[in-house]
Amino acid sequence: MKKLFNLKGVVLNIILLCTLHFTQYSAFAQPISSDELINNAKLFDGKSVIYIGEVVGDIMIRGEYAWINVLDGKNAIGIWAGKDLIKGIAYTGSYKFKGDVVEVSGVFHRACLQHGGDLDIHAQSLTKIIAGRPTQEMPNFKKGNTVILLLGALVLIWILTLLKRR
Amino acid sequence: MIRKPNIEDVKGIGYYLGKIIIGLGLTMVIPIIIGVAFKEINPTLDFIISIEITLLFGLLLTRLCFTEKDLNWMQGMIIASLSWIAATLFGALPLYLSGHWNSFLDACFDAMSGFATTGLALVENLDHLSYAHNLWRHLIMFIGGQGIVIVALSFFVKGFSGAFKMYVGEARDERVLPNVIDTARFIWLVSIVYLILGTLALGIVGILNGMKTINAFFHGACVFMAAFDTGGFAPQSQNILYYHSLPYEIVTIMIMLLGAINFKLHYHIWMGNRREVFKNIETITLFMTIMLTFAITAVGLVKLGTYPQAVALFRKGFYQLVSGHTGTGYMTIYARQFINEWGDLALVGIIIAMGLGGSVCSTTGAIKMLRIGIIFKALIEDLKKIILPEHAAVVQKFHHIKEIFLEDKQVRAALFITLAYLVLYGFGAIVGMFFGYPFLHALFESTSAAANVGLSCGITNTTMPAALKFTYIFQMWAGRLEFMSVFTLAGFMAAAIKGK
Repeated sequence: MKKLFNLKGVVLNIILLCTLHFTQYSAFAQPISSDELINNAKLFDGKSVIYIGEVVGDIMIRGEYAWINVLDGKNAIGIWAGKDLIKGIAYTGSYKFKGDVVEVSGVFHRACLQHGGDLDIHAQSLTKIIAGRPTQEMPNFKKGNTVILLLGALVLIWILTLLKRR
Repeated sequence: MIRKPNIEDVKGIGYYLGKIIIGLGLTMVIPIIIGVAFKEINPTLDFIISIEITLLFGLLLTRLCFTEKDLNWMQGMIIASLSWIAATLFGALPLYLSGHWNSFLDACFDAMSGFATTGLALVENLDHLSYAHNLWRHLIMFIGGQGIVIVALSFFVKGFSGAFKMYVGEARDERVLPNVIDTARFIWLVSIVYLILGTLALGIVGILNGMKTINAFFHGACVFMAAFDTGGFAPQSQNILYYHSLPYEIVTIMIMLLGAINFKLHYHIWMGNRREVFKNIETITLFMTIMLTFAITAVGLVKLGTYPQAVALFRKGFYQLVSGHTGTGYMTIYARQFINEWGDLALVGIIIAMGLGGSVCSTTGAIKMLRIGIIFKALIEDLKKIILPEHAAVVQKFHHIKEIFLEDKQVRAALFITLAYLVLYGFGAIVGMFFGYPFLHALFESTSAAANVGLSCGITNTTMPAALKFTYIFQMWAGRLEFMSVFTLAGFMAAAIKGK
């Protein structure tokens, strides 16, 4: 009876391991969020991953390669990509621009040996999936009115101060 | 019997507090200029609204509380402590108006973090923040690093004896020059000269890294202000990891170390007395404690195989360590990596480094090297007394600009402040544990807040409980002011209620 229970346990463990193994691989074929990558860095280390996000900040060309930083809404992750891969990037995110959203396929590194231990992705392919654009900054009239109102109050106090001095 | 504060006390405090608020308001002209230069309409309006509100309050206070009387010690201390609260409230206005902070409390958290040169941040979507707001985040570190009162002393207060009382209240117990206003101006001179050199160095490295010229110099100025003032804010959400650059990390390490040095020592270096660097108790203690805490951290990291290469160990282990020890808080890793990958031993190394801090009369927080050195010397003296024959006269000296004989009152003062810091670190850790965080994580974040460091293991985020945000705000404030002016304010409030 005891042996039967042991056998059951072994079978269950094998099923569990297989499930974990296959779900793991199927997950790698799906886009993975920055939170998942950072929180499970050891699990994804050296594996091929797909990562989607907005290119933010500068495109930093380093020889035949470049660094771009891709923000998925939670965190930005550094992408090390060949110069030819990033040719299509027209906009990078900042106050005045919504950056291009790209899908990066590449190898994830928890502590990249080539880059001094950085957590990064070495891109093998990079596709622009949503084009970026300049953001329209509409002047906020409520703020404009508040400026005028407060300026009036400030001038009033200033004048009262001057009158009091006289 | 406790004396109830009278109307003259309140007027004295209100008048000089008003002046400091006006001074602070005028610093908002700088982000307005940046907003106009970069054609950022709404951010410029945010700062115009904020400057108007700040000047209104400042003017009203100076008019309502007008007095020609000089300050006493209690008033000076209270002004120092209240000016930091006022700076937080008014400094948070433009941040909140930007819409990048979820609540006014979050904006106040970042404003206190900025002024106290901590670096813990609750900003949302930092990568899309305007130049004007981003500059303000770093400028408040620059102002807070020199000291809010120093700003007023330098530009808005024409020499009066009460100046020294406010200066001391802001945790600056050493005068570089005999006159406190000259001291304030010297601190600004040093900072401005280094600002120009540091911005140039970081700007050039940024361009070589492939950044656009305008961004390279804007980032250079921001990163310098936050590094020299041991703050820790950065223009992008990835902090220093954004740059993916060893030269950038080396330059920031040098700036962080410069920021952790006593302004008095800067003065002596500037005057050609470079040998002082090798003799001074603070620089020697700083070197020793960096080596010791790095050894602990490195052993922890090597044991776990976190960084299997010397370069990676330097760029991650040593960088975070120096950043923590100098109270800066710059990071080249993600906050969760501390918890997931560093292990307890490496975390303990960083916590000790954060708790120790840099030099007195510098821009760092925490216990500070002079006190650690004095306590160590006192320990040696006591050991000698035990070992040597009873009739032997034991005299202990230390070198801090000049040879100084160790006295009991110095040891008592050093131990008192050290104990106060340890209590503050523990208090935040207990509150963190109350909200369900494990001991080491709670202690890490608490020490980071109270020692004005800014390294985070991930507890600090917009979803953390409001009570914990208030706790960290209090810790940043009390830690930056080194307790005396905070105790004085508490005493003043108690006297107002219970005094006769």
